[in-house]
Amino acid sequence: MRYAETGFNLEVDLTRGTCERVATQHDLAEHYLGGQGSAAKLLWDRVPAGTDPFSPDNLLIFSTGLLHGTPLPACNRTVVNTFSPQTNLMSHSLFGGFFGPEMKYAGYDKIIIRGKAPDLVYLYINNDKVEIRDAKHLRGKGCTETGDLLKKELKDQGVQVAAIGMAGENRVFMATIDHNYASAARGVGVIMGDKRLKAIAVRGTSAVNVARPAELFEMSQRIHQKMAGSSGCGDWMAVDEDDSFHHNHFAWGNARTRRPGYWNEELQDRWTRLKYDNMDRQTGCYNCPKKCRNVIKMPGHPRFGYKCFGKDTYHMAAYLELDFSFEILAVAQEYGVDSYSMPQVIAFALELLEAGILTDKDFPGMPADVKGRFFYLLEKIVRREGIGDILADSVSQAARRIGNGAEAFDHNTTKKFEQLPIKLGKLNPAYFLMIATGEKMSITQIEGSFPQDPLPTEEQRQEFVNGWEAVPDEKFKEYFLNWKKRSDISDEATCDIVDWNEAMHYIDDSLGFCGFVSSFRGQFGGDVPYHMNNIPEAIELATGMQMDKPKLWKNFQRIRTLIRAINVRRGLRRKHERPPEDHWAVRDEKYEQELLSKYYTFKGWNSEGIPTRQTLEELDLAYVADDLEKSGILDPTVGASR
Amino acid sequence: MKTVREILVNVDKCTGCRACEMACSAFHSNPKFSSINPANSRIRVVSNEITDEYVPVFAGNYTKAGCDGRHVYMIDGKIYSECSFCRASCPTRDYFIEPDSHLPLKCDMCESTPPLKQPWCVEVCSEGALVYSEREVEREEPVQAALGQVETGLQALMKQHGTEAVIARLTQMRDQK
Repeated sequence: MRYAETGFNLEVDLTRGTCERVATQHDLAEHYLGGQGSAAKLLWDRVPAGTDPFSPDNLLIFSTGLLHGTPLPACNRTVVNTFSPQTNLMSHSLFGGFFGPEMKYAGYDKIIIRGKAPDLVYLYINNDKVEIRDAKHLRGKGCTETGDLLKKELKDQGVQVAAIGMAGENRVFMATIDHNYASAARGVGVIMGDKRLKAIAVRGTSAVNVARPAELFEMSQRIHQKMAGSSGCGDWMAVDEDDSFHHNHFAWGNARTRRPGYWNEELQDRWTRLKYDNMDRQTGCYNCPKKCRNVIKMPGHPRFGYKCFGKDTYHMAAYLELDFSFEILAVAQEYGVDSYSMPQVIAFALELLEAGILTDKDFPGMPADVKGRFFYLLEKIVRREGIGDILADSVSQAARRIGNGAEAFDHNTTKKFEQLPIKLGKLNPAYFLMIATGEKMSITQIEGSFPQDPLPTEEQRQEFVNGWEAVPDEKFKEYFLNWKKRSDISDEATCDIVDWNEAMHYIDDSLGFCGFVSSFRGQFGGDVPYHMNNIPEAIELATGMQMDKPKLWKNFQRIRTLIRAINVRRGLRRKHERPPEDHWAVRDEKYEQELLSKYYTFKGWNSEGIPTRQTLEELDLAYVADDLEKSGILDPTVGASR
Repeated sequence: MKTVREILVNVDKCTGCRACEMACSAFHSNPKFSSINPANSRIRVVSNEITDEYVPVFAGNYTKAGCDGRHVYMIDGKIYSECSFCRASCPTRDYFIEPDSHLPLKCDMCESTPPLKQPWCVEVCSEGALVYSEREVEREEPVQAALGQVETGLQALMKQHGTEAVIARLTQMRDQK
């Protein structure tokens, strides 16, 4: 018997119509943990480098975290990985809720989908019983609507459903996979749609066993209590109605205009009333004492749930107010579109119209007001109608298809992926590295452990580090104590900070922890319940596997380097590692490239950002080095030298 | 005096996180806390995000027959089905039935030696949707001593045929013997 994991994957081939329960290699978790780590290993092993994302050979993998289903709180983020047609790189996507734990209780660590169904199907998993069922009756249905219909059809309210909406069905690149009111963003819904898989409904009634029960339960309860009473974790935007940070500092429209001083008290009062007058409740994910999701029901509009910055993106892209976001989110969530990238795509299209690159003829029947235009374009894009068919390929690819100068309006993407709408003054070295080298496509998926800004006084800095349990090494306390001006920090410190930030995400995404109680949240207050100093113990108690800090760190490095290799094999090189050119007004190309080189060296990558043979061998990835040499990506004569 | 142990369920405070199910199943696993399986839990959160329904319900008595469950309740403008509030372990749904043995499950308030401060579901409900309380109530005067088998039988006969008829018949039977 294995502890914490089930030891089985569900392999589904939609072309052949087969479902198979397959035992996994017993030492996989030792090297790759679970979740995204072991998913990366599958993608490396089984999807050849040249595979088109729309090929039936592309895999769509739903992974539980290694610690899903154990008593550890806030461990419920399901990971979805595949190859994206938008970036041609590995897609990294996560969603909260109940789906991953339910997969474990059904007896599976992963659901691996390959092939394509001839027409729309859904997958029904009830423990050992797995069926590919017809889903033609669900065509065009909304994401949560599909979940509700399937629960009724299966006569089981306990079924957990992940579904695509119309956007996924129509292979819109910004399509999400939705479960309850949680969303798997960053380009996975398009592949689920391409495989003609409308939904997965899973129900499990078997147990997840843990290695050292009493100790793990005690640890879980200690963490649970800390989380419940702490303002240092969870989404503070669920309780703090002062949202001046995003509105005054982030860019509006197509990531264009900052509006410092936009926020005021009258606005805050009005928006607070709007939220609480229309909010049913705040809900939490599986076994988590935080309640980050706001469930909103405006009269005459469908119910929906949001968390975090997701409530701002639409109205900021449209220069409107919160009521507009509430209205459009209720519709967009059912269509299943990414609320981070979709508003930018729409704002980009409206800019092209204003610039005369697109004309009124491209938008037949479009209303004159901006609200009407956003709804109009949302409909066109999710249906891939007219200009919507081009825009559905995302900003970067649409700009190239439209041509005629449209490329210049694609100003906020990196690796062809829409970035957060942030436009600042002076270069921030750590953020430069994170945006440049991140392979999870959003800054939110790499930043998060080291504070974003220094504290003004020495006393404050000292007080902060005194209570800072989360640091993996004392050197981070030194860095923070000596840090006075945001951009004034040594390159050595910058490399370490970026590495630590990144490490926590790779660990969370392999174990199943939510970033709001770990990787993303430490930057605001430093007081996260999960960190490098207690996660090894949690792994040991749950799995029975020997684990300590150095071993966990090496696991992070192995998984991170493997993902780099996967993307390198698909063409990722140094030239792609550029934050949007206007992200900072003041740039210094020479310094940036020097810093990037230092970081590559720090990571054990060569000047092109490719892991060296020596690095790969140190991480037990010699098989990766062999492959990269065989395909001419690594020079075998360079051998072990960095 | 006797102690009545109660759990107050405040459905407005429930966030639907199901930590209660996790803790219940862990406590009732053998050895304790060794496995987690919400299907084994003696509390389930009946939830439906579309109708904003979140109702923690505890396992009550077992019943052999399912019911039609046709009653629908509207409370504060929201629709709840009869199942939402029903504590029965019944064949209509798979709540409160041990998945391996198919035996019914019943909430025992985490009975334990020494006793816990409060049941585990309440312990982990940081939102206060579940609140535990104990209160003392007067113990009712004990009813008369339990009747034996013969007395019970005679009482039934007397009720059906009248006391006189029973005495007469008994006398007759004794005399015949």
